[in-house]
Amino acid sequence: MGLLSYFPEWVLTHGPALIVVLPLLLAVITALNPSEKLAWLTAWLTALFCGVVALGLLLQVISHGAIDYAMGGWQPPIGIAYHVDALNAPILLLVCVIAILVTLYALPSVVAEVEPKKRAPFYAAFMLAFTGLLGMVVTGDAFNVFVFLEVSSISTYVLVAMGASRDRRALTSAYNYLILGSIGATFFVIGLGFLYMQTGTLNMMDIARVLQEGGVDSRVTQLAFAFIVIGLGLKLAMFPLHMWLPGAYAYAPSFVTAFLAATATKAALYLLLRFVFTIFDPSWSFVTSALMYLVAGLGILGMIAASLQAIFQNDIRRVLAFSSVAQVGYMLLGIGMATTLGLTAGYLHMINHAVMKGALFLAVGAMWYRFGITQVRDMRGLFKTMPWTMSAFTIAGLSLIGVPGTAGFVSKLALVRAAAENGWWWAVGVIVVTSVLAIIYIGRMIEQAFFYDPPLKDGVPLAKNEAPFMMLIPMWILAIAGLWFGIDAEWTTSLARSAANVLSHGPILPTTMGGH
Amino acid sequence: MSTIFEHYNYAIIIILMMTGLYVVFASGNMIKKLVGLSVFQTSVFLLYISMGKITGGQPPILTKADMEAGAKAAASHASDISHGAAGVSEHALQSASETIYSNPLPHVLILTAIVVGVATLAIGLALVVRTREAYGTIEEAEIDQLDYQRNQEGEGA
Repeated sequence: MGLLSYFPEWVLTHGPALIVVLPLLLAVITALNPSEKLAWLTAWLTALFCGVVALGLLLQVISHGAIDYAMGGWQPPIGIAYHVDALNAPILLLVCVIAILVTLYALPSVVAEVEPKKRAPFYAAFMLAFTGLLGMVVTGDAFNVFVFLEVSSISTYVLVAMGASRDRRALTSAYNYLILGSIGATFFVIGLGFLYMQTGTLNMMDIARVLQEGGVDSRVTQLAFAFIVIGLGLKLAMFPLHMWLPGAYAYAPSFVTAFLAATATKAALYLLLRFVFTIFDPSWSFVTSALMYLVAGLGILGMIAASLQAIFQNDIRRVLAFSSVAQVGYMLLGIGMATTLGLTAGYLHMINHAVMKGALFLAVGAMWYRFGITQVRDMRGLFKTMPWTMSAFTIAGLSLIGVPGTAGFVSKLALVRAAAENGWWWAVGVIVVTSVLAIIYIGRMIEQAFFYDPPLKDGVPLAKNEAPFMMLIPMWILAIAGLWFGIDAEWTTSLARSAANVLSHGPILPTTMGGH
Repeated sequence: MSTIFEHYNYAIIIILMMTGLYVVFASGNMIKKLVGLSVFQTSVFLLYISMGKITGGQPPILTKADMEAGAKAAASHASDISHGAAGVSEHALQSASETIYSNPLPHVLILTAIVVGVATLAIGLALVVRTREAYGTIEEAEIDQLDYQRNQEGEGA
């Protein structure tokens, strides 16, 4: 890895801490900052810096293996340890890249959507959400996960409510998200409490070690597992715990929706993987049956039910939000198989879905920005009025359906293979059926945009009015990434495979801790 | 039956937890829902606090006697000033190890969770205030109806 030698030493040694501490501190400064331009610049530079650090960490993990970082020099299990391995390094990079792109997009979009005096604090809340997501992915301490989960959730409630100047329903959506999100987080913390009762430690590796020494038959361990899975299920919008998601995605400011859709559920899904596979042991009977009947079962149900619901929505962003719930179902199906192939497919779909859903929501935001479009039937003639935006939307939409040559095809194919290898032929059938449903709900929009003429205004058709450059760039980067990951899937697949390897090795034991 | 009385703290926690959750789900008033959420979260605080209790355990605070014993022992090392402070606590801890203390860690953890709970409640209440400004009501049924009406009007336009 020649690229690794360009990174300064301090970035690599203190990367895990820097990536969290820097945005956290700068968020506070941004909140006090009166100038919105300066606030935006801070947010963007922070995201850029974190992206560089995340890339450095990923390269280091690929070439040298997992990184352990003892916060403040306090050695685990007493101190808080940060742990970066092949499972979470790609997610860190994903969150950072999406943050860099959507922040670029935010410059024109926030001006249109948020009141002037709220813009600087708005960026501060965004940076807190960003911190929280990075923190919950990078940490190796179970209670620290809860803290960062809440840092990101609470700032997300604020971000969603900021959509109120566009549509007052943002307020009730943010409120519902707050109620359900808090219940989810509280369930998670109850689970952690039981886990602490059983093991007397909070370090993830230490918990795994103590549980391996004898926690299998304990009712307390099983309770902890149940509470943690349900709590995280709420956060990652596992069907039927997804009720908060459509409202929150539909009424938040465009850039918040794109950021959330591409990162928030992914980070929660990572936590589910981390807890189920590396802290608990997938070979224990209650974990195995939970994976098969609960995770895979609800995944399948979610794929069908949410895809059907998506077809009957009129609001574009609600269609895409229900589609997100369905896509989470695909990932859960892969995870529920608990085989290396299944995990690889689930993880791959997580990365690919982030890329394509990000592009879709950015394109929808641009449509609102120019023409105030929120409903599917308003998309008439968009190929004529916004050709570039609509092309990006179409590419990402085809990827969502899973047309060959796109990222969505690669991960769906991997999922089909994994299901076939497992002998789950019914799952293969469901994947095909839900892909057909995706053709309907995406096709409906493309049909409006392609086959109809632009609506008349004062007797003349609407003139071409393309989205500003700052919006097109991030949208097209994601759309092209979606194509690229579909044609040359080697890089993403190898990342997913090494993540699945970490998971199929079972619990992380403190043998990697060096001095311990 | 006797097990319930022996573990009455857990019984109380479960009752509070279920009451809170029920209020969240059953109530249509946004403020009442937040009250329910707070009760639910508080039950978890109690769970953590009772988890740290050890039978016969003292509060995890060094007593004066412990400190004096520690200071006396430290005085014999007084020549080494730089290690003085560390010496006091170390010896104090040594003599303290004879006493049983409750586990302070869950308390510290739940202090964090309390802060999180306060922040959540503050945001929740702020949202309720804004909702009332925007809709003129904080009953969810009425809000749904207003949204539905506006949707119908939007369809007609």
